[in-house]
Amino acid sequence: MWKLLLKIFQTGILTEKRGRPLSQTHPPGFGKSLAIRHVDAGSCNGCELELWALENPYYALSSGGVKFVASPRHADLLLVTGPVTRAMKEALLRTRDAIPGPRRVLAVGDCACNGGIFRDSYAVHGGVDGVIPVDHHLPGCPPSPDELLEAIHHAFGSSPPSSE
Amino acid sequence: MDNRNPRQSLPGLCLIPREDGIPRALFPQETPEAYLAQARILESAGGRFLGLWGAGDPEPRICTAFLLREGLFVLVLPLPKETPSPTFPSLSGFIPAANRFERTVRDLFGFRPEGLEDTRPWIGHDLWAVPPLSLPPGSPVPENPGAGSSDYPFVRVTGPGVHEIPVGPVHAGIIEPGHFRFQVVGEKVLRLEELLGYTHKGVDGLFRNRDIAWGARLAARISGDSTVATSMAYAQAIEQALDFSPAAGVRALRALLLERERIANHLGDLGAIGNDAGLGFALSQFGCLKENLLRKNRQHFGARYLFDQVTPGGVRTSLDDEAIADLLEENGILLEEILALHKIYDDHGGLQDRFQNTGVLLPEVAHRLGLGGVVGRASAQAWDLRADHGGDPYRRFPPALALAHTGDVAARVLVRFLEIQESLSFSRALLEHLPEHSIAESIPDNSGPAEGLGIVEGFRGEVLAWVRLAPHGVIEAAHIQDPSALLWPALEIAVPGNLVADFPLINKSFNLSYSGNDL
Ligand code: SF4
Repeated sequence: MWKLLLKIFQTGILTEKRGRPLSQTHPPGFGKSLAIRHVDAGSCNGCELELWALENPYYALSSGGVKFVASPRHADLLLVTGPVTRAMKEALLRTRDAIPGPRRVLAVGDCACNGGIFRDSYAVHGGVDGVIPVDHHLPGCPPSPDELLEAIHHAFGSSPPSSE
Repeated sequence: MDNRNPRQSLPGLCLIPREDGIPRALFPQETPEAYLAQARILESAGGRFLGLWGAGDPEPRICTAFLLREGLFVLVLPLPKETPSPTFPSLSGFIPAANRFERTVRDLFGFRPEGLEDTRPWIGHDLWAVPPLSLPPGSPVPENPGAGSSDYPFVRVTGPGVHEIPVGPVHAGIIEPGHFRFQVVGEKVLRLEELLGYTHKGVDGLFRNRDIAWGARLAARISGDSTVATSMAYAQAIEQALDFSPAAGVRALRALLLERERIANHLGDLGAIGNDAGLGFALSQFGCLKENLLRKNRQHFGARYLFDQVTPGGVRTSLDDEAIADLLEENGILLEEILALHKIYDDHGGLQDRFQNTGVLLPEVAHRLGLGGVVGRASAQAWDLRADHGGDPYRRFPPALALAHTGDVAARVLVRFLEIQESLSFSRALLEHLPEHSIAESIPDNSGPAEGLGIVEGFRGEVLAWVRLAPHGVIEAAHIQDPSALLWPALEIAVPGNLVADFPLINKSFNLSYSGNDL
């Protein structure tokens, strides 16, 4: 046990300072924190790797008041990755409908923005726009954690939401 | 392909050693009977079934891959061109793992596996009115008007107190989509059945009629966490088709990139497994180590996950002396950290209590399923392409095989720890002896049709690629096979008997790709 504590002590705090914490932006309609429901609509899982990275101590997403939630009922933001495969359309629609207003939709990655490399396939809808209205697009393959953080904060601070 | 020194022969099949990796070849079979007979011979000679896929016009066929100690054998069964839905003999009777592959071929191409009793759709989810790959490239595929109207017929367990838990396709967290159906009594799982295919993006269809460079970008996006492995397998396949051998420097850099991908993923998995067993400390510690490595990737190769780094003919980036020195320093630091964390994991009673005897996959079962990769090695299956068949540079610095025998979560954790250490010393040897290298050469043109195979040991297990080229580098058909497709059925066996609450932990210890499975 002491080895574990020692390791924590030796590691110290690695979180990097960037931007203002959410609690200072106070956009109307939301509280002081932001809950995100992520839906993978058929990504290659590259975008998920960077979403995961946001949780590591360097970016420490949750320390800024942003967290990923399991239930769409708790969410403010729907974050979608992947080109939206035919098989995921229904699940995406249902998840979106389960999120109470005001809500925002953020498309993450080239695939979610326009279908990316999979655009011409019979099996995809060619991006989130093809299925539900999108408020913000973040291109990249995959976008970096810094770009993700910025896009999430941007999506949160902006108003009014167009998907309502 | 040249034909010097046959290394070993099975009746009618022989492989030639290769400098750039595993001996591998395609073996056309004239009749369905011959195909079936050869498959039986390969299976009984200890061959591991690695996958089965189809290709449509202009040369409709079924390809079936077996890995033996001698190398990779791919049987090719040409199908009649004029028949609308030709049949082929099912292998599922003696190779249970062939079931989902044959159903996939039926869903996508309309080829009918004769003798397969399971008539349920698999990857296709009955979404299309006609098999999408039976149509010419680019033609619109009509949707099935009845799609989604009937439930997938999961096998149900009945009896007093048995209930069912459906999970997915959207999971609680940042996870790829797929559906799990649990039959449960009290807290205990009686049966688990998966329904995958939600991330099916029509990859095999997209390859058709593209050029080699475009195909390389697609090959890098089969499963983002395995981008080096899939790109490398694809590059090998193209290079074999064009009878081109990459320079020693290129081979060394590719091997280095593949190890960096393995280390990054193992670090991520070890953190996530510890976290699922209730140790948040693990997620932070391993998360930092992984992030450090990704940042070094970005600094020296220009991409955190090494997307598009391996290209047919070469690699994208070379390393100067300063970069080599920096990576050697990183190597030493990481090794120290890993040893310290391994000790903490071993000494942590709570963690070990969750790991041991959880999600057991018995060695006999793993053998019967023909598993390799981390999951196979954790159940005593001694297969690792780097240690077994290694061409250059593996032959020069042979990595040791990491093996465990208990088949539980603890074994899968142990194998990952050992592999990181082995990967680090292998990478160190590569960095210290990096040959002079040109990073890319232009690959030759082909005037006639050409075909090739590639296979590499990715971080999950064997990643396989097959390409068929029309003249002048046009891809006629291609297929990339992630090991997940073979490993998903093993998860269905490892979970029953455990608590529902242990499922996330067991699932994490497998960490399989949905995208690589669904293609
Ligand atoms: S944008 Fe790129 S990384 Fe993200 S899912 Fe698509 S192919 Fe993968």
